[in-house]
Amino acid sequence: MALRPIKADLHVHTCLSPCSGLDMSPREVVNAALQRGLDLIGVCDHNSAQNVLAVKKAGERNGLMVLGGMEVASSEEAHILVFFDDDDDLLGFQDYIYQHLYGRNDEHAFGLQVIADDEDGVTGFCDRLLIAATSLPAEAIVAAARAAKSESLVIAAHVDRESFSIIGQLGFIPPALVLDAVEVSAQMTVEEAKERFPDCRNYPVITSSDAHGPEDIGKRFTCFTVEDGSVAEIKKALSGRDGRKAVC
Amino acid sequence: MKLKDIVKEFGLEVKAGPGHLDQEVTGGYVSDLLSDVLAHAEDGNIWVTLHIHQNIVAVAAHKGLCGIILVQGRDPEKDTVAKAEEEGIPIMVSSLSAFELVGRLYKAGIRGAEAD
Repeated sequence: MALRPIKADLHVHTCLSPCSGLDMSPREVVNAALQRGLDLIGVCDHNSAQNVLAVKKAGERNGLMVLGGMEVASSEEAHILVFFDDDDDLLGFQDYIYQHLYGRNDEHAFGLQVIADDEDGVTGFCDRLLIAATSLPAEAIVAAARAAKSESLVIAAHVDRESFSIIGQLGFIPPALVLDAVEVSAQMTVEEAKERFPDCRNYPVITSSDAHGPEDIGKRFTCFTVEDGSVAEIKKALSGRDGRKAVC
Repeated sequence: MKLKDIVKEFGLEVKAGPGHLDQEVTGGYVSDLLSDVLAHAEDGNIWVTLHIHQNIVAVAAHKGLCGIILVQGRDPEKDTVAKAEEEGIPIMVSSLSAFELVGRLYKAGIRGAEAD
């Protein structure tokens, strides 16, 4: 397969995240992404992957590549994006996260957690407290991702933000943490982030939207030159191997 | 002690929920980890934090906290203020550090839960 440039927003929530709107249904997410000219999105709801398969199916039908993942909250309240190509690996990882996530959702305080199918039918509500942090330190989350059968893609989310970022919570990125990239949010440029947070100079950087509503999808994106939107290809692009590259 | 008395005594700036200051403060909790507040703050507590993200309002509403005091003159995010107005959760700001403010609240009679 030939190398080609693709436009990717790897950090998109769905209506499963309590802080997202109901309009972030699988079909709406896919439609909005296509309208913004994206080729690939990463689905990462808070501590859950229960809408990933529906978005993947809706994406497949409409010609949008979808990478399945989760935005996991570590015990230090740092958010980490974890992706797998293999659905079984993702669901196995989700089981592990669920074993370390406590409490029931309070829909009034935190919002609805809607599980949907690829036609936007509501199939259920997740009653776990997805907004909470797991009891797993960041290192344990990365170790669990790396222990899966297939390759994982691990990215520290919105490291430039004050809250829920590994730099904000821990002061700097622990050297033992094996990350594939750090994500800079929509609030600043990559140059500004590298200036303010020297840790950003030590890792490949992506930018993405962290969209919680359809209007934000694709607001920030990263261009990858790859063969396809798989974890292995994205990782090659992030490390600049075999002619692949990532440009923010 | 009522919230409004604390506002007056410590010169707090009320950023949200001015109509909800007539509540009795049952005690205090100080933490910057939301999961810790979810696990350990108690009904009617006043919460001292430097967190300004809108999730603090959801946490306070869920736990039945009477209000949030932001320290060091921190400015709550716009979404945080909007959500606090909606939920009726007072957000107040002190120019003091957390250590200093909590010490003064304690002196004024506000107590934390005793260790288990």
